[in-house]
Amino acid sequence: MRISTLWYTLKQGVKNIFRNKIFSLATIATIAACVFLFSIFFSVVVNFQHMVVQAQSGVAVTVFFDEGISDDKIVSIGELISQRAEVSNIEFISADKAWESFKTDYLGEYVDTFGDDNPLEDCASYEIYLNDVSMQESLVEYLNTIDGVSKVNQSVMAATMLSSMNSLIGYVAIGIIGILFAVSIFLISNTVAIGITVRKEEIAIMKLIGATDFVVRSPFLIEGLLLGLIGAGIPLGLVYVLYNNVVEYVVNRFSALSSLLQFLTVQEVFVTLIPAAVIMGAGIGFVGSFITVRKNLRV
Amino acid sequence: MIILDKVSKAYNKGAPALNDVSLHIEKGEFVFIVGDSGAGKSTLIRLLLREEIPTSGKVFVNNTDLSKLKHRKIPIFRRGVGVVFQDFRLLKDRNVYENVAFAQLIVQKPAKEIRRNVPAMLSMVGLAEKYKARPKELSGGEQQRVALARALVNRPPILLCDEPTGNLDPKNSWEIMKLLEEINRRGTTVVVVTHNSEIVNAMQKRVITMRRGVIVSDEKKGGYIYED
Repeated sequence: MRISTLWYTLKQGVKNIFRNKIFSLATIATIAACVFLFSIFFSVVVNFQHMVVQAQSGVAVTVFFDEGISDDKIVSIGELISQRAEVSNIEFISADKAWESFKTDYLGEYVDTFGDDNPLEDCASYEIYLNDVSMQESLVEYLNTIDGVSKVNQSVMAATMLSSMNSLIGYVAIGIIGILFAVSIFLISNTVAIGITVRKEEIAIMKLIGATDFVVRSPFLIEGLLLGLIGAGIPLGLVYVLYNNVVEYVVNRFSALSSLLQFLTVQEVFVTLIPAAVIMGAGIGFVGSFITVRKNLRV
Repeated sequence: MIILDKVSKAYNKGAPALNDVSLHIEKGEFVFIVGDSGAGKSTLIRLLLREEIPTSGKVFVNNTDLSKLKHRKIPIFRRGVGVVFQDFRLLKDRNVYENVAFAQLIVQKPAKEIRRNVPAMLSMVGLAEKYKARPKELSGGEQQRVALARALVNRPPILLCDEPTGNLDPKNSWEIMKLLEEINRRGTTVVVVTHNSEIVNAMQKRVITMRRGVIVSDEKKGGYIYED
């Protein structure tokens, strides 16, 4: 396509948007709502995934001992565990260290109510890091057979819970976005159809003069594409502004869960979100206008 | 240049709009097609523009068999046939220059060529001075001149005119006809569908008279034949 024709096509595409202002605005608003929800769900899902990965890469298995167990026995259990192929690292957490860590993580200003007592006196443990989380089940089975081991905790439960929530949010997101997608396609289709009706005379002249299908149709496809891109740009800007504020609020509000709530930065989220949202917006615009043009503009 | 070979065209199950019409128009001819409403003139124009295909028979324009023309080839074919209408069909939101340039733009002529061709064509139709005017600022005759410039700017070998003087007063009608004669003199084949008996009788060109879908008369230097 020549530059002059391309320019004409772009100009007509933009003009079409202004010819049907109300419909164009409604279309942009719907696409924006669709992309906004997508952006929010996307941000939530990638952050959940990030937290799952963080949880999985943290302590996988904690081993507690029988009451009154000797230090030598604890050492020998540690040696047995270290020999296992699944284990990448093992760390002994004394009762004092466990209590210090608990105080820091969960008690905050209420720490003084316990005085010098250590409620976790019998809670010395081994924290076991695995080479691969999928090997956890076989290791846990083995650990339960060791004499002197009272309890084996799998921290992957938290990760599993997050994964389940993640899937649920994903399904809800797909459902809502699907409905909005359909509404957007319908609206964009109507907007383009009105544009075709308004420009009926011009299209008839174009056909008689010898314009190709491509030249006749492309302004409408450009119109759809532009509406889609504008509809994607607005929510992206909004989410960019809101993201840090929401993260800050959640971190402050749920400070007790700060070790679990590790959010991605807005830049990390937007590296994937921008292309995804732009493709989504442009895709809705293009598909909506393409369907209408095919249906109403037999050149 | 234009050949109709035993062409019939029927819409739905009604009487045929054209019935077994055969016709030859040579390169460089100036031809009037006359007849009353329902004679089949508009159908003939639509067939020549490949807006319709005949029910039977063959239509050749610029050596192209229109019944065999593939859909994607229609735009290229139409670039070889200029067309003007009674109602001018100008783009009201664009000025004279843009209306004429539009015809070149959409067939993807280079910008440089458009800048050269459009003023030349406007000069030919006598509207060089009014290139910035919008259609509503022009008289009927001037609007038809713009339509002519638009039809001719891509230099088609054939010009089809469907009632070009239908909306014009006698003075403007004559000016348009003189312009068409000049265009024909420069080598373009001109086919004019008209009701204007005064012009047809005065110009002494080939006149094809149609009545109820058939050609009833074809005279080299004819006049307008009125229906009894």
